[in-house]
Amino acid sequence: MRTPGPLPLVVAAGLLALSLSAAAQKTTLLVYTALETDQLKAYQEGFNKVEPNIELKWVRDSTGVITAKLLAEKSNPQADAVMGVAASSLALLDKNGMLEPYRPLNLDAIMSQYRDKKNPPAWFGMDVWGATICFNTVEAAKRGIPKPEGWKDLLKPAYKGQVVMPNPASSGTGFFDVTAWLALWGDKGGSGEGWKFMDGLHENIAQYTHSGSKPCNMAAAGEFVVGISFEYRANANKAKGAPIDLVFPKEGLGWDLEAFAIHKGTKKLDAAKKLADWASSKDAMLLYGKNFAITAQPGVAAPLANVPKDYEARLVKMDFTWAADNRERILAEWTRRYNAKSEPRK
Amino acid sequence: MTDLALAPALPPVHLKVHWTERCAHFALALVALALLAFLAAPLGAILLKAIEDAQGRFAGLANFIAYAKTPALLESLWNSVWVSALVTVVTLPAAFGFAYALTRSRMRFKALARTITLVPLLAPSLLAAISLIYWFGNQGTLKSWLTALGIAQIYGAPGIVLAEVFSTFPHALMILITSLTAADARLYEAADAMGTSARRKFFTITLPGAKYGLISAALVTFTLVITDFGIPKVIGGSFNVLATDVFKLVIGQQDFPKGAVVALLLLAPAVLTFAVDHWVSRKQTAMLTARAVPYRPKRAPWFDGLMSAYALCMCALILAMLGMAVFASFASFWPYDLRPSLRHYAMGLVDAEVGEAFVNSLVMAGGTALGGTLLVFAGAYLLEKTQGARPVRSLLRLLAMLPMAVPGLVLGLGYIFFFNAPANPLGGLYHTLTLLTICSIVHFYTTGHLTAVTALKGLDPEFEAVSASLKVPFYKTFWRVTLPICTPALVDIARYFFINAMTTISAVVFLYSPETKVASIAILNLDEAGEIGAAAAMAVLIVAANTVATLLFTVLSWWVDRRTQAWKQP
Amino acid sequence: MNPNYLRLAGIRKDFGSFTALEGVDLDIAQGEFVCFLGPSGCGKTTLLRIIAGLEVQTAGRIELAGRDISRLPPAERDYGIVFQSYALFPNLSIADNVAYGLVNRKVPKAQALARVAELLALVGLPGCEAKYPAQMSGGQQQRIALARALATSPSLLLLDEPLSALDAIVRVKLRQEIRSLQRKLGVTTVMVTHDQEEAFAVADRIVVMNQGTIEQVGTALEVYRDPATLFVADFVGRINALPATLHEGGSADQIRIGEQVFRCEHGSLHGHASGRDLRVYLRPEDVLARPIAPGDSNVFEAEIDKIDFMGPYCLVRVSSPRLGSSKLTVTLSLNYLAEARLEVGSRLPLRLPPDRMRVFS
Repeated sequence: MRTPGPLPLVVAAGLLALSLSAAAQKTTLLVYTALETDQLKAYQEGFNKVEPNIELKWVRDSTGVITAKLLAEKSNPQADAVMGVAASSLALLDKNGMLEPYRPLNLDAIMSQYRDKKNPPAWFGMDVWGATICFNTVEAAKRGIPKPEGWKDLLKPAYKGQVVMPNPASSGTGFFDVTAWLALWGDKGGSGEGWKFMDGLHENIAQYTHSGSKPCNMAAAGEFVVGISFEYRANANKAKGAPIDLVFPKEGLGWDLEAFAIHKGTKKLDAAKKLADWASSKDAMLLYGKNFAITAQPGVAAPLANVPKDYEARLVKMDFTWAADNRERILAEWTRRYNAKSEPRK
Repeated sequence: MTDLALAPALPPVHLKVHWTERCAHFALALVALALLAFLAAPLGAILLKAIEDAQGRFAGLANFIAYAKTPALLESLWNSVWVSALVTVVTLPAAFGFAYALTRSRMRFKALARTITLVPLLAPSLLAAISLIYWFGNQGTLKSWLTALGIAQIYGAPGIVLAEVFSTFPHALMILITSLTAADARLYEAADAMGTSARRKFFTITLPGAKYGLISAALVTFTLVITDFGIPKVIGGSFNVLATDVFKLVIGQQDFPKGAVVALLLLAPAVLTFAVDHWVSRKQTAMLTARAVPYRPKRAPWFDGLMSAYALCMCALILAMLGMAVFASFASFWPYDLRPSLRHYAMGLVDAEVGEAFVNSLVMAGGTALGGTLLVFAGAYLLEKTQGARPVRSLLRLLAMLPMAVPGLVLGLGYIFFFNAPANPLGGLYHTLTLLTICSIVHFYTTGHLTAVTALKGLDPEFEAVSASLKVPFYKTFWRVTLPICTPALVDIARYFFINAMTTISAVVFLYSPETKVASIAILNLDEAGEIGAAAAMAVLIVAANTVATLLFTVLSWWVDRRTQAWKQP
Repeated sequence: MNPNYLRLAGIRKDFGSFTALEGVDLDIAQGEFVCFLGPSGCGKTTLLRIIAGLEVQTAGRIELAGRDISRLPPAERDYGIVFQSYALFPNLSIADNVAYGLVNRKVPKAQALARVAELLALVGLPGCEAKYPAQMSGGQQQRIALARALATSPSLLLLDEPLSALDAIVRVKLRQEIRSLQRKLGVTTVMVTHDQEEAFAVADRIVVMNQGTIEQVGTALEVYRDPATLFVADFVGRINALPATLHEGGSADQIRIGEQVFRCEHGSLHGHASGRDLRVYLRPEDVLARPIAPGDSNVFEAEIDKIDFMGPYCLVRVSSPRLGSSKLTVTLSLNYLAEARLEVGSRLPLRLPPDRMRVFS
């Protein structure tokens, strides 16, 4: 027992040699992402059809966590590329000089408001995801809760304890809700109407969840009546048969771009560029279109069953640079005011 | 008599060290080194981080002061403390009653009752939380009961308390059973002879006799609750506690220094428990001296009936917890469509790569069982049965008992700090399944160690002396004699490691990567995404795996007994 | 035969501030059977373990067959050891147990089996190779342990209270077997025991120890009949102790016990200062009831206070006004008591033989 024979060592050495040689032929890209786990597989397969020799390793977490992680690793970067992370976050990373500008193959097809303005761009959009309320009709009927038309309706006492929304510090969905309200009604460094709205909403909030999907899932299960979420999840849940209606508040919808960027300092620049090229391609856009109503390349997405055709028009005007510049301040203020109700993050 | 000169004035005599002893010393040093690298160093890293600022410069107590000044964080501290205290106050009498029923009454089906109480050990702690949501959540079956009691919703403190009571029940029970079993019948006989009332006997004999057991159980329960992460995560709602704070700080905000401060706070109750336990075990006069007569409860129909009813009640509650999770995992779409379906199992296993996580869990648990048992037994053997190398020996003794005082969260955090540091040569282990396995081994080390030591102490202490006199190296005796005799203990230790590695969350939640995600983390992620049906399904799968594993280990134990313990029957 | 086969010189053992052994010098001849005898705590087991290398001496030298083994670890010394708890390997068969030391020496299997059979026959347990220790009685297990210790033909055999865990009848039988085995093989043997009878029955020489020092080394007879110190006289066998003083104005060989003057011809009388308080030690069998011829010296009249039946003889407690308040215990045979019709309260003359009266100060 004290002296294992040489055989196990030989075997181990052999396996090691094999795996090393195998790895040598494939390049591995470490990609940080906030994409939903049920989407990752399809995109990965799509990419590997074109580039079978590049293996993708995902590090997946919610937008806020991924952003914080990337920032924390600034001096010792691990990621090769960032895919499917909110543009507002990528703008922040760019401010910190962490992105490698690159002009992907299909850039011209991408609408100008859905990409970084610089040339070559530091990042480009893949698809839009925007706010949608999941409203459980069965539970609402039981409690006599009316269907909201706009955000301000949610301030009514009828909704007390029945509203869930994502925490903006961890969830990109939550963050764009907050920035949208501030854009609609004013920030004024913490004293604007936007903040007053959120104060009122906070009274009715039962929980702040970690992920953007959870509010809709909870509404779908009837746990709460109003789940502030995003259109992909709302559409998917309704398709599964959940008794929910999708509500698009009339004042305007917050939104963000799922976007792509190459991390500066990556040792696998060529492979990352290939990934960028694919991510901007029409094939990729078609895949995105399966899940989202609006892709960065227009005219590609087929309409989603439960999402109105004028969805794009309802989106609020969004300035990603402003969002990036003020992210830290907004989050700090939000945490200071509302953190007591937050569901434990991760 | 003799004219041999006396040895000159007494320098200490050292025997020449035989080469086999050198092997033993070397092995001892290896084990100690392993524990240093994977236990002491990570703890040290936390300590260092707590006194650093965000840029890594020395900041003294600044982080602690900042913590003390943050009302939200202090509120979490208060929340943690009162919830843990409440759980202790509820669990202790409940477990005591059950232990009393098992040891002091003649109720029927004791073995069955005892087995049922082990169910919470087979499940990740968040199974209870998930189950409670189905029972008492806004769509819960018994929601009306909750509102009748005036509790608005299960999310938050009520859910945490109930789920933790379920989780900590078996731990408290085990301690109290041991404590109540060690009773001297003669005390009761003497009291009876004096005509003492049952009530008086209880308060003057039973309770004082169980004093140390009660203290121990209370401390263990408190510590388990205050350091638990899974339950507050799932059912805590907007109620913040220390364990979840650590996460928000470290993973959410990447604020390592503050996270380290909270981790140190979490270390405090565990260390306190450990110290008090140590003190208690020294003070505990042997209740069972060689002359003591073991207590055999007398038949008392009313009392037995009452105890049976109580035990039945408790067992029913435990099974209800598990049962609801099983039921809900098969429901197509709770609460609107309760038709049975395998949707959640399929979804969990195929779509979200949770199947891979399950395999990872099995691999990790297997590795923990194998590696942990080997390391624990080798360490215990080297400590108990070899001589020399005193400083290394003392160090190893200390390190072997240390894991008991370190909660999983703290250990996991230490591992991030230590193994993710750029300068660390062992940094390659970071994010690997190997590191997860090592972390689990270290986390559960002490119980295994104590089991091994007890088994070794049961052997004749002169085996090694005989072996030396016959010029047989100690490792040959280890292989031929010690190991075979101790195999039952080894099986026990392996089973303990396996089951705990399958259900642990706190130790691994900091360390996993997408490839090395384990089942318990997958459940957490599923719940996070709101896929509670799939989360319930995965939790049920873990229970199933653990049940199968326990059965397999029992069979293994039986087989091992037949093979190596044949010498026992005369 | 090498008279200094095992030599211990100046052995000292301290446990912290407690001295367990001090100034131990001993020579043991080759083929000799020596017993360490003493009360518990006297250091006999410690001394044995030091010889084995299981304890390390604080100072001193140990030589075996001319080789200095003081600093050698147990595995490099050359001895076999048997413990009180037998320490047989419970999961190995008897054959495997006995052959344990042989296997490591790469002795070919057939040879080892033959040796096992030989040893088992030697200890009186032929044919039980396939059994397990749990199937054997205590006495049998101890014999197996002995066989195991002897398997490698060591130069030295060490026995640490090997019979203490056995019941009385087995003990007596087994000690005889150990003795005859030792005689047959001629292996130098050291046995630790607290049982005097055992030591008397088996040992060539007895080492009487007390509180870490050697009180006396000698044959059983020497130790019994000529105890060198107070302790040995007291510890070994039964003893009567009478307070006495040197008789003033009389011949040099007279002592006074109580009111009577006795003649004492034992060498230990000399060298005591007059007026000193002395004690006279006498074994119960040395207080004679017969033969007492008229005109014999040292005769006094005693009265029987108590008779303890011991089987073939009785221990009779007597007192005598001539001896003051001292009481004596006398061994009288059952037959004699019956013949002389002695019972409690009877009076009889008793004689103290002058050459048996050992004097200590």
